[in-house]
Amino acid sequence: MGDRVVIETRELVKKYGNFVAVDKLNLSINEGEIFGFLGPNGAGKTTTLLMLLGLTEPTAGTAAICGYDSTREAIKVKRIAGYLPEKVGFYDDLTAVENLDYTASLNGLSRQAATTKIQEMLNVVGLSDMAEKKVGTFSHGMKQRLGIADVMIKEPKVALFDEPTAGIDPEGIEQVLELIQAMGRQKVTVVLSSHQLHHVQKICTRVGILSKGHLVAQGSIDELGREKLAGGKVRIEVQVAEPSGKLVKLVEKVKGVTGVETRGDLLLISCEKDLRRQIAKAAAECDSLIVQMKMEEYGLDEIYMKYFREK
Amino acid sequence: MSGLMAVFRKELADNFNSLRFIILSFLGYGAAILLTIFVAAQNIRSGVTETTQYIFLRLFTVSGDIQFFSFPVFMTFFIPIVGILMGFDAINGERATGNLSRLSSQPIYRDSIINGKFLAGLVTIAILVFSIVFLMGGIGLRMIGVPPNPDEILRLFTFIFVSIIYGGFWLALAILFSVLFNRIATSALASIAVWLFVFLFVSVIASLIAGAVIPIDQGASQALQVKQNEVAHTISLISPAVLYSESIRVLLIPSHPVMFVLSLYYTGLEPDPLSIGQSLLIAWPQMISLIALTALCFAGSYIKFMREEIRAT
Repeated sequence: MGDRVVIETRELVKKYGNFVAVDKLNLSINEGEIFGFLGPNGAGKTTTLLMLLGLTEPTAGTAAICGYDSTREAIKVKRIAGYLPEKVGFYDDLTAVENLDYTASLNGLSRQAATTKIQEMLNVVGLSDMAEKKVGTFSHGMKQRLGIADVMIKEPKVALFDEPTAGIDPEGIEQVLELIQAMGRQKVTVVLSSHQLHHVQKICTRVGILSKGHLVAQGSIDELGREKLAGGKVRIEVQVAEPSGKLVKLVEKVKGVTGVETRGDLLLISCEKDLRRQIAKAAAECDSLIVQMKMEEYGLDEIYMKYFREK
Repeated sequence: MSGLMAVFRKELADNFNSLRFIILSFLGYGAAILLTIFVAAQNIRSGVTETTQYIFLRLFTVSGDIQFFSFPVFMTFFIPIVGILMGFDAINGERATGNLSRLSSQPIYRDSIINGKFLAGLVTIAILVFSIVFLMGGIGLRMIGVPPNPDEILRLFTFIFVSIIYGGFWLALAILFSVLFNRIATSALASIAVWLFVFLFVSVIASLIAGAVIPIDQGASQALQVKQNEVAHTISLISPAVLYSESIRVLLIPSHPVMFVLSLYYTGLEPDPLSIGQSLLIAWPQMISLIALTALCFAGSYIKFMREEIRAT
């Protein structure tokens, strides 16, 4: 993963009348990252994506992709950035190939280059046997995959996806997520917005949580979880055969443990770092049988709910 | 520039493949064939002794037994329908199908989209008008056997040019509504409403206003009557259909319109025809007004579209 900053926004503001859609957004995304934008409806995710692409003019601040200002050099930005809108549409009475052909010609590809590129892309997204079918007969998931092919035709450095998994079946979601992940491997910087948390969790290297136009948190999912849910600590969950006061006391004495909570046969231990070995030793000392022990993993769901419950 | 060409090519192909174009061309060609064979050619054959000048041009102007139905009248009604059908869903159709945001995220200037669509529509109208006129000319040539002289050919080409501009006005108007209204049905209805207004109500409203401005009692002088007609006529000039039919009448009937009436009234003979330069001079104000109206409509939709916020939903 490169350290080159590809997408950058500075104090980006967008107002619609009195309504502030995006408020002083500062963001920087490196090459090859898959960045997930999270937030409830109306948090400003789509507006931010549109401003990045130069389709909407910011009220204040700047957005830039690869050093090109999104507002003033919109054409250059659009040449290197692909965008898949939330409700992607194609010309229903044209075939998949014809639709992609139009995109290729809008991007100035030569006839020959377009033909081979289109075949290649249809193979990648698994639609090559539908190439000559009219798009009107496609399912939503197929259209979404065609949309990804449509974005990839121009070989973008940056791909912006708005709700790429909304409204498609689980199998389709899997395929779409895999395709996006594959783009990340090819050094394409991907920004996707979603409120389907576990999809984002699966593929994103970093997430940013937007609420009412503010970026309330950003970082990897692990970082965010530790910070928010455990106050920067690690939580270890131990299930024992017979919980005893002695065990609790012993565990409490382990250096680094800041608190122990019993819940049935579960011990919830907060500590400053991963102390599983020491805890196991303590359990062995008092002859307790450990059924299972695990570090608590922070799901995006919990992080997300935590953020928005506090509001 | 490449963006404009790409949009233009795609839209043109779309227009020609669309069902509406096929229906329109059937309608247009059908009427053209009917008019030439059953109306014009037979009338010219029977009345050939009337005049020997500009016989070929008469193919396009003479009406049959039904006084209302002549080629100019047909075109005055038909061209607006072509223009409206080519443009009423130009922008909001793209929006409704979710293509607009995908399209505008491509590396093309945004005006390429609307310019390309307008040009493609205009070329479609041009091809339709050209082919109708040539079809009529071809059939007519076989039936009456009188070839057109250079002056007639020039007049026909000017007529085609004015017809394309007239079509351009309706196309621009339909595109304007397609930018203004998000729903396709609304923009289609708005265009049809303007079309109806222009054909049914402009003359009524013009004479109503003229009657209010210059009231005529029973004993009013003839001068007053003429003045009232003039006012009504001036008001009706806001209608592109009136502008169009006046300018093509001048172009297709080579005699001076006033002289024509006077001469027929007093002598029963047609006056000497005007040269094409003189005819153009008479039709000039109407033609310029028509171009101005078209430009105004297109400029409106252009500005609105360029300022428009493009959102996915």
